[in-house]
Amino acid sequence: MHLFSPPSMSLRFVPVWRRNLLVWRKLAIPSILGNLADPLIYVLGLGYGLGSMLPEVGGVPYIAFLAAGMVCSSTMNSATFEAMYSAFSRMHVQHTWDAIMNAPVDLDDVVLAELAWAASKSVLSGVAILAVVWLLGLSGSVLSLWVIALLPLIGLTFGALALAVTAMARSYDFFMYYFTLLVTPMNLLCGVFFPVEQLPAAFQAVAAFLPLTHAVAIARPLLLGQIPPDAVLHALVLLAYAAAGFYAATVLFRRRLLK
Amino acid sequence: MAVLAAHDLRKFYDGEEVVAGVSFAIAPGECFGLLGPNGAGKTTTLRLCLGLTDPDDGSIELMQRQVPGEARPARTRVGVVPQMDNLDPDFTVSENLHVYGRYFGLSERAIGERIPELLEFAGLTARAGSRIQTLSGGMKRRLTLARALINDPDLIFMDEPTTGLDPQARHLIWERLKQLLAQGKTIVLTTHFMEEAERLCARLAIMDRGRFITEGSPRELILRHIEPHVIEVHGDGVVHWADGEAVRLASRLEKSGDTVFCYAADPATLLASLANQGELRYLHRPANLEDVFLKLTGRELRD
Repeated sequence: MHLFSPPSMSLRFVPVWRRNLLVWRKLAIPSILGNLADPLIYVLGLGYGLGSMLPEVGGVPYIAFLAAGMVCSSTMNSATFEAMYSAFSRMHVQHTWDAIMNAPVDLDDVVLAELAWAASKSVLSGVAILAVVWLLGLSGSVLSLWVIALLPLIGLTFGALALAVTAMARSYDFFMYYFTLLVTPMNLLCGVFFPVEQLPAAFQAVAAFLPLTHAVAIARPLLLGQIPPDAVLHALVLLAYAAAGFYAATVLFRRRLLK
Repeated sequence: MAVLAAHDLRKFYDGEEVVAGVSFAIAPGECFGLLGPNGAGKTTTLRLCLGLTDPDDGSIELMQRQVPGEARPARTRVGVVPQMDNLDPDFTVSENLHVYGRYFGLSERAIGERIPELLEFAGLTARAGSRIQTLSGGMKRRLTLARALINDPDLIFMDEPTTGLDPQARHLIWERLKQLLAQGKTIVLTTHFMEEAERLCARLAIMDRGRFITEGSPRELILRHIEPHVIEVHGDGVVHWADGEAVRLASRLEKSGDTVFCYAADPATLLASLANQGELRYLHRPANLEDVFLKLTGRELRD
């Protein structure tokens, strides 16, 4: 196996994905509630609290505007946490990956399984928020169903980027850099809480490069009942981040574990 | 036909050659022991054989397949008991076996039929639904062994399988390994328990600084490398006695702390000399593999 050869993709990832699913099933209820509580507090607290002081944002009540951002942001957070803290535990603390690689499963299969799992789990989080958004009547459009198709792409994008960080981590502390340098700025600059257009030009330029901007740019129009402009372009940007992140993660994990 | 063969295997880490030209072939049904101090290159050699890291030079054939190229399919016929416990802490005993069986592509039905046999073999039938945290060290090792057998492998790699176990647990593991050998399985065992190697291995190699420094059956190695009698002497004045009389009477002397090890083909004159040394206490015993090991690899600590 060459360090830089493309990731080998096969269905051998499925049993590893199922292993993670079985662990999750044992803790499913607290896990879903935990994932739901945080974004829900944001939507309700900021949406009603701050929203009552604001005029309409982007032509809709602030809470409806915010809801679309939170769907994307919580999907990102869920994939990021799973691919960093949980994957790191399995790799480095519990040595689960070592056990798996003694079976006829390769490191590339394990990395693909972790990516698929992080994306799967983040889709569950995203769908849970989406369900609440529908129940609160914040989005009544049939177009909003398309967001369900967008969620796996968001999960793959941020899962892949986070896995590349995990491959370089020596301890859990390392993840703070990623949160401080990328996750928090993305949450604040990419149009989750307010339109990107409100930012100074320099920040807008930065935001244009960040993947969360492109997720929000597709999700918000859909939730508000509009066809998103340039949806294909935004999706391609997310796909490019996912592919680059996955390739980087694969190479970095090989360098770390197969030496 | 060898189940595992390596030829002139080499591996460098940071410019240091940790496996330095190792060759061996292991026949079906054999129990081959790989002995060596910490850092000798044992675990790296196992990782190379499993295709978990690429050699810098040399060739490996595992189950008639080239490694690393065909390592993954070769591993379908292989079981591994790793040095470190890596059971899944989130699962019960039988879930650990079940999930592991899936990695081999076994059907749910095949796994379901296999689990009771393995639990029986590991003496864990009553603990099938227990969480891993509630198991003793010996139970965890037995479960790890059972997990390595889920695919009914022909060859089993065991990296220090009894390290950290109490004597009862260790004897039980040894007894199970003998059962596996009786079934015709091949075992490759790394250990630094000489007693374990002497009991189980028909053939063994002592490895140090990346090389095999000797190879043969335990009995052959003792005959080849060491005098048949050992007298361990300690007490006040032992150094004086060693430098005076013992050095003339023993064919070889080793000092380690306050103890002097006298090696001899005929112990009679040494024992007669000791009879006149009221201050000294001694133990006369036949030479064993540990003496060979210490002679070849030295007594200084390896960390």
